[in-house]
Amino acid sequence: MSQIQHLLARAESYAAREGLSLSTVSRKLLNDGKGLARLKAGGQCTLKTLEQALARLAALEGNGAGAPASAAEASRAQTAPGQLERASMTHLDRLEAESIHIIREVAAECENPVMLYSIGKDSSVMLHLAMKAFHPSKPPFPLLHVDTTWKFREMIRFRDETARRLGLDLIVHINQEGLAQGVGPFTHGSQIHTDVMKTQALKQALDKYKFDAAFGGARRDEEKSRAKERVFSFRTAQHRWDPKNQRPELWSIYNTRVHKGESIRVFPLSNWTELDIWQYIWRENIPIVPLYFAAERPVVERDGALIMVDDERMPLADGEKPKLEMVRFRTLGCYPLTGAIRSTATTLPEIIQEMLLAKTSERQGRVIDHDQAASMEKKKQEGYF
Amino acid sequence: MARDDALAREDILAYLDAHEKKSLLRFITCGSVDDGKSTLIGRLLYDSKLIYEDQLKALEGDSRRFGTQGEKIDFALLVDGLAAEREQGITIDVAYRFFSTEKRKFIVADTPGHEQYTRNMATGASTADLAVILVDARKGVLTQTRRHSYIVSLLGIRHVVVAVNKMDLVGYSRETFDEIEAEYRAFAAPLGFESIVCIPISALEGDNVTAKSARTPWHKGPALLPYLETVETAQNRAGAPFRLPVQWVNRPDQNFRGFAGTIASGTVGVGDEVVVVPSGRRSTVARVLVGDREVARAGPDEAVTVTLADEIDISRGDVICAGRAPAEQTDQFAAHILWMHDEAMIPGRQYLLKTANRVTPATVTELKHKVNVNTLEHLSGKTLELNEVGYGNVATSHPIAFDSYRNNRTTGAFVLIDRRSNNTVGAGMIDFSLRRAQNVHWQDLDIHKAERARAKHQRPCILWFTGLSGSGKSTVANLVEKRLHDMGRHTYTLDGDNVRHGLNKDLGFTDADRVENIRRVAETAKLMVDAGLIVLVSFISPFASERRMARELVEDGEFLEVYVSTPLEVCEKRDIKGLYAKARRGEIKNFTGIDSPYEPPENPELDLDTSKIAAHEAAERVVEYLERNGYLRG
Repeated sequence: MSQIQHLLARAESYAAREGLSLSTVSRKLLNDGKGLARLKAGGQCTLKTLEQALARLAALEGNGAGAPASAAEASRAQTAPGQLERASMTHLDRLEAESIHIIREVAAECENPVMLYSIGKDSSVMLHLAMKAFHPSKPPFPLLHVDTTWKFREMIRFRDETARRLGLDLIVHINQEGLAQGVGPFTHGSQIHTDVMKTQALKQALDKYKFDAAFGGARRDEEKSRAKERVFSFRTAQHRWDPKNQRPELWSIYNTRVHKGESIRVFPLSNWTELDIWQYIWRENIPIVPLYFAAERPVVERDGALIMVDDERMPLADGEKPKLEMVRFRTLGCYPLTGAIRSTATTLPEIIQEMLLAKTSERQGRVIDHDQAASMEKKKQEGYF
Repeated sequence: MARDDALAREDILAYLDAHEKKSLLRFITCGSVDDGKSTLIGRLLYDSKLIYEDQLKALEGDSRRFGTQGEKIDFALLVDGLAAEREQGITIDVAYRFFSTEKRKFIVADTPGHEQYTRNMATGASTADLAVILVDARKGVLTQTRRHSYIVSLLGIRHVVVAVNKMDLVGYSRETFDEIEAEYRAFAAPLGFESIVCIPISALEGDNVTAKSARTPWHKGPALLPYLETVETAQNRAGAPFRLPVQWVNRPDQNFRGFAGTIASGTVGVGDEVVVVPSGRRSTVARVLVGDREVARAGPDEAVTVTLADEIDISRGDVICAGRAPAEQTDQFAAHILWMHDEAMIPGRQYLLKTANRVTPATVTELKHKVNVNTLEHLSGKTLELNEVGYGNVATSHPIAFDSYRNNRTTGAFVLIDRRSNNTVGAGMIDFSLRRAQNVHWQDLDIHKAERARAKHQRPCILWFTGLSGSGKSTVANLVEKRLHDMGRHTYTLDGDNVRHGLNKDLGFTDADRVENIRRVAETAKLMVDAGLIVLVSFISPFASERRMARELVEDGEFLEVYVSTPLEVCEKRDIKGLYAKARRGEIKNFTGIDSPYEPPENPELDLDTSKIAAHEAAERVVEYLERNGYLRG
C-alpha cells in the first residue's frame, strides 16, 4: 500500500468513526476540502504535505472517539508529536504494559498456549489485556474454562456471552469421570470436590490438548506462597511445582524453554493487587459478572458463611428456607464453596469503597486455603493451578 | 493511609481519581538475616494499614509458633512466605511485596542477603530502580554491606538508601550513625551511584520509618517512607535514543503489518525515521498504537505496536531504532556474567543466550577475571561457580543488536540457558563490542566449498565417531577411511590421541580442558570440510553439549554422528591400552566411564555396537550410509 493510499484509508475510517464528512476531514488534514478526493482520484502531493497530513491525522486519532476514558488518556492525547515531555506513566499504565509484554512473549515463544478463564474479575482483566496485546488481531490462543458443574449459573451465562462478544475460541472441560461418580461438594466435601473437579480436571484438559503454556490470573498479593512464585512458573510432566527449584527470572527476559511434556503456568497479573484490579476495571470499563454487585439473593447460613441457593441441588434442612438478602460476592467459584457478604454496594465505586474499608482479606471467602498455614503451597506442589 | 481511609469513606470518586494518577516505584531491600529486613517490610505493610484482620490473626498465631520476638508480633513472619523458610527462620528466595500510599504504589523485592543467595539478590535488583541497604547500627559497614552494594551497582541501580537499623540498640547515638555514614560514602564512591541517602531507623520500634522520630532530633534528612514517596529515579530514558525490540509481528490481514514490543528507551512518533538492526533497512513510522489506542507518540516501557510506511522485512529478534542513533550489532562482546547454577560455567561450552527478544547459541570464549564480590578484587580463574561474578568475552552464533548495559538496562542484558536442562544458568550485562565482527571480514575468495567439493566428486562432511575408550572408534574409522580411499575419495582422520600430541598438547583432562579440546578439533574439522574433505573424527567426546556445538558449527547435513555404542564391560575387558586397569587402580583421574560421565547421543545418525558386529561390517554400514545419502556423488 502506498503512503497516499494509507493516508486515505485512515482518513476514511477516522471520518466514519467520528461521523464527519470526508471533506471536513480533508480540510483538517490538508487545509483543502477537496484534497482527499483528488488524492483518491489518483492525484499526487509532495512528501512534505503528506507527512504533515499524517501527523495531523495521528493527532486527531490520538484524541480518540468522544471523551477520553481517563485522565491518563487525556494527557496522552494532548501531547503533540515531536514533543519529548510526556505525561509519565501511572502505576496502572505500567502494570498494563508489563502484563501485555508477558502475554506477547508467550504468544511469540510457546507453541500451543491457552488462557485459563475462570470468569472472575481477574480473568476479565487478563482477557481485556490479551485483547489489547494483539489488537487489531485476535489473541492467538483459545480460552479454557474448567467447569466443575457447580459454578454459579450467572457465571456460565457471562462466560458464553463474553466468548461470543469477543469472537474467541472457548474450550469448556468437565471431568467426565468425576461427573459420572457424582462428585460434588455436598456429597464429597470441598477437598475431594476441588481435587477431582478442578485440579484433576485441569490436568486432564492440559494433557488432552497438549498445551505447553497456560495463562492464569493469580496475583502475588493473594497468598504468601504466591509472592515467591515466578511469572513463568514451571511444571513437570506430572504438573508439579517445585518451589525450591525455580528458574531465576531477571529483567523482563523470560526463559520459556521446556522439555516435551513439561509446561509453564504464566501469571501476567503477578504484580497487580486487588485494588489495582478494581481500579483498572473502573478505568477501562471492563464487564464483570453481576454477582460482584449487591442484589437480593436467596441465601442460607452454613458454618458462619452465607451460601447462595443457586439451584435445586442445594440440600436444605427440614423447615430451612432460603432468605432473601442484599448480598454480593468478593470472589467467585463453586457456589456451595463461596461465601457471600452482606452489602449494599451496587456500583463499582461502592464496591471499591467497601473493599478499602474492609477488615478481612479477599481469600477468606474461599474455603480451600483455610485448612493449614501452608496449604496453598502444598496444593500447588500437587498440581493445583 | 488514615487520611486516605477518610477520603475513601467520604468521596470515593475523588479517591479513585487520586489513586489512578499514582506513580510506581520498584525497590529492593538488601540485608542479612539479622539486619531486620523482613521486620522493616512487615512494618511498612503494617503501618500503611495493609494488613487485614484475618492476616493479623494468623500472624499472631504464627508469632507464637515460630516467632522470635516473644509476646510481640513478629513482623518478619508476614513476609517470609514459603513453609521451609518459616521453619528455618530465614528468607531463601525473592519475594515481591506490594503496598501503596496516596502518592505511590511500591513493589518491593525482598531478597536474602547471604553470599550463597547472591543470584537471588541480583534477580530482585534487575527490575528495581532503587535499593534500600540495611546496616545493623551495632555492627556498621560489613563485608555483606559491600557485597550488597556491589551487586546493586552491577545490576545498574543508581539510587541507594542506607537504612541504619536497630538505632534503639545503640541509644539513638548520632556519633555511631555519622561514623557509619562516613565509612559507607567513602567505600561506595567508586560504585558510581547517583544518590546515597542515609537514614537512622528502628524497624522494630518504628522510628523514622513512616514519620520522623523524636528520638533522633539530630537527623535532618527525611524519614524512609516519605523519601521513597518522592524520590525521582527516572534516568531520563525518554531522552535516550529510541529502541523497540520487536517481540511479535502482528499481521491480521493484508492491510496491517504491525511490530509489537515494549519500548526499551526513547520515544517514537508518527513520521519518525527509523532503522532496523541488524538488517539496516530504513523507513518512517506510520502509526503508533498503545494497546488498542492510536497515539501520536509513545515512550519508555509502553507496550506498543508500530506500523511503518514501507513494507520491509522485520521479524522477532530485530530492534527498531532511531534513524540517527541505531543500536550496535555484534557477535563478540565483553560482558559481566553472574553464574546462577550448581554446574559451573566452562569457557567454550555452548549455551543459549536470550536477549530482550532473541535466542541464539553462544559461548563464553574467554574468562578474563573473576570478581570477589566482598572485596571487589579481581581474581584469575578458568570457570565460574554458582554465585560468582566474572568478566569475559562472549561469542554468539548470530549477530545481536545491543547497547552497553550502562546505557540501557533492557538492550544491554541477557541470560544464559543450559541447552540440556533448559535451566537459566547465567545473567549477563554487556559492556562493549569487541568489534571483531565488524573489523575482521572473511577473505572473499572466488573458490568456495562447493567448487572444491565438485572437483573431488563428493559432498564434504564430518563423520564424528563418539564412544568409550576401547569401543572401536579408531579401528572402524580407519577401515572406513581405507574403503573411501579405495573408492577415490578425499579424506582425513583426526584422532583423539594423535591430536593431543600436537595441536592440543597444552590441554589436560579436566572438564574445562575437554571442552576446549573438542572445540579446537571441531573448528579444525570445519576448515577441512570447507576444503571439501570427508573428515573422520575419532574422539571419546563424552558431553552432548560439545557434540552439539560441533554439529552447529557446520551446515545442516554436514555433521554425521556415529555412536560406537560398545558397552563398558566389553571395552573394559578389551582394555587394549591398559587404561581401564589404571583408572580402576586410581592411577588415572577423570577417566570416562569410570569416574567421569559419558552422555550417550540421543539421535545419532548411526549406532554401531562392535560387541555385536565385526569392525569391518561396522565400517561397511558407514560407507553404505554415505552412499545412500548422496555424500559420494558430486
